[in-house]
Amino acid sequence: MIEDAPPVKARGLVKRYDEVLAVDHIDLNVRAGDVYGFLGPNGAGKTTTLRMALGLITPTEGTVELFGRDPMHHGARALEGVAGFVEAPRFYPYMSARKNLELLAALDGDGASARIGEVLDIVELAPRAKHRVGGYSHGMRQRLGIAAALLRRPRLLILDEPATGLDPAGMRDMRLLIRRLAAEGITVLLSSHQLPEVQELCDRVAIVDSGRVVYEGALADLRRQGGAGYRLRTTDDQRALEVLRGQGGIEHPITGAHGLGFQAQEQDVGPLSVALGVAGIGILALTPELATLEDLFFRLTENGAGATPGMDDEGAHASGDATPPPIADDATPRTVQIG
Amino acid sequence: MSAVAAAPASLAPTARLRRPSTLTVWRWELRKLVSQKRTYLGLFLASILPIVFVIVQNIHTDHGGGRDNIFASQIKQSGLATPVLMLLFLSLFMLPLIASLVAGDIVANEDGNGTLKTILTRSVDRGQVFIAKTLTAMTYAVIAVFLSAAVATVAGVASWGFNSITTFSGTVVSAPKGLLLVFAANLCYLIPLLAVVSFGVLLSTTTRNSTAAVVGAIGFLFLLLIIAQIPGLESIHPYMLQEQFENWHGLLRTPTDWAPIIHSAWVCALYAVPSLIAGYLVLLRRDVTGG
Repeated sequence: MIEDAPPVKARGLVKRYDEVLAVDHIDLNVRAGDVYGFLGPNGAGKTTTLRMALGLITPTEGTVELFGRDPMHHGARALEGVAGFVEAPRFYPYMSARKNLELLAALDGDGASARIGEVLDIVELAPRAKHRVGGYSHGMRQRLGIAAALLRRPRLLILDEPATGLDPAGMRDMRLLIRRLAAEGITVLLSSHQLPEVQELCDRVAIVDSGRVVYEGALADLRRQGGAGYRLRTTDDQRALEVLRGQGGIEHPITGAHGLGFQAQEQDVGPLSVALGVAGIGILALTPELATLEDLFFRLTENGAGATPGMDDEGAHASGDATPPPIADDATPRTVQIG
Repeated sequence: MSAVAAAPASLAPTARLRRPSTLTVWRWELRKLVSQKRTYLGLFLASILPIVFVIVQNIHTDHGGGRDNIFASQIKQSGLATPVLMLLFLSLFMLPLIASLVAGDIVANEDGNGTLKTILTRSVDRGQVFIAKTLTAMTYAVIAVFLSAAVATVAGVASWGFNSITTFSGTVVSAPKGLLLVFAANLCYLIPLLAVVSFGVLLSTTTRNSTAAVVGAIGFLFLLLIIAQIPGLESIHPYMLQEQFENWHGLLRTPTDWAPIIHSAWVCALYAVPSLIAGYLVLLRRDVTGG
């Protein structure tokens, strides 16, 4: 492990299965201390990328380094200080949780076996530690997966959908645990479909679609690029929509179940309120809202969605002249302009 | 997981892990084997067949006179004839099958269950895992052979006594020396059996399917048997794996004929070494996506 090397650095990562290009020149930069969200629709190439990062599969092209070491060249040494799981964590069903952890601790060395009780306590599996894993629920196996990862006292924790199959309390606890680990200085690479969870936990994200990174960078930057969104409720939404369409600086006006939505710079909102007043339309509420990660995610990964930040997906529909926000289509986008 | 708030400081990141030895990995492979019920199926077969044989012989009124095989003819004169006969009967199919049950399963099962990726994301190299798994499959074969021999010896001696025995060359050897020869014969038999294990491990690694690997290993022996029946191929018989299962016969002659044992050692190496190298390289380079 090279001390000053970044936890994850991927360059031009490609994985091809015959005719299928699962990962297409992906670059990733996970910095020390990041809680890094790795997002994308199903089949986008997230799990394949994580498998390459952990040395489970060989890249067709490109390299990935963990703390400066490539698993393809350094083997298990590249995983020093690294732990986690890809897809669901797997254990020996005919052995107890404790026995499984003893096995993994033996394969870790470095006195990991002394931490078994500790990690079982953390994931609250100590009372069931003597039970065979074959009888465990999916959520319990997820927790055991976390326990197995913590045995290694990692500096980088790679988690692939860790909250999958957990009940709401389990998901909340998983978030707390990740936050706690991040606070202790562990870098977390989190692949997740739970966008609110990622928005809450992550400071940097990479969004992949069809095997390519469509955004990588700070989550705050992404949300800023998404533009300011506004929610508007009036005494006559139909007429208000006409006013919005005719008003300069107002973009992507849509109607939804809870009123109207649009994007605009703050200086353009004042003239809009005046225009609405002149048209005899009363303003019941005009609320600024930043784009949620969910909005941005769909805009980046779905062509033509064009949801206005802050608007619920359900019940919202684009107005007739609403243009989907542009998504950069150059070959290897690092950052794209949204909205 | 509400205890997360109290996550202790000792989980703070560490600088460097001390990696485990291959011996440690092997020890844990053995523990996994011991934890699985199916492990005992093969050992049960290895031990029950000699017992059944002895029971049948006890019920049978024939005293063995006039049988073609010298050990069959003295079955009821010396209990030491039983392990020799059992080795003769079980060597061609049953013991290779028992050995293949584990050899064919040992990598494929982990791949199918997804636990291969679990262990490959720890601090062990793929090479260590392959070596440990191969050693485990071989250990199992050794245990099965000597368990069968031990049960056969105990059952035979209990039924017909610990008496001197006549070897292939007609020499009478004392009971203690006979026991030593039984042990040595089983030891020699392990040479071709370990070649079968090596081939089974190769199939387990390449097919990723336990059943295919077990059937493939046994099927390979059957294929060789069929090939051996083809007229005109007599010259290759000495180099066929199944022919090596009788290498131990040389031990039961006076003076001891070492030639078949030495011959089987290098012939079996021709089967085992390429299998192991190929299996190693396949595991080293393969994509682990199972489970």
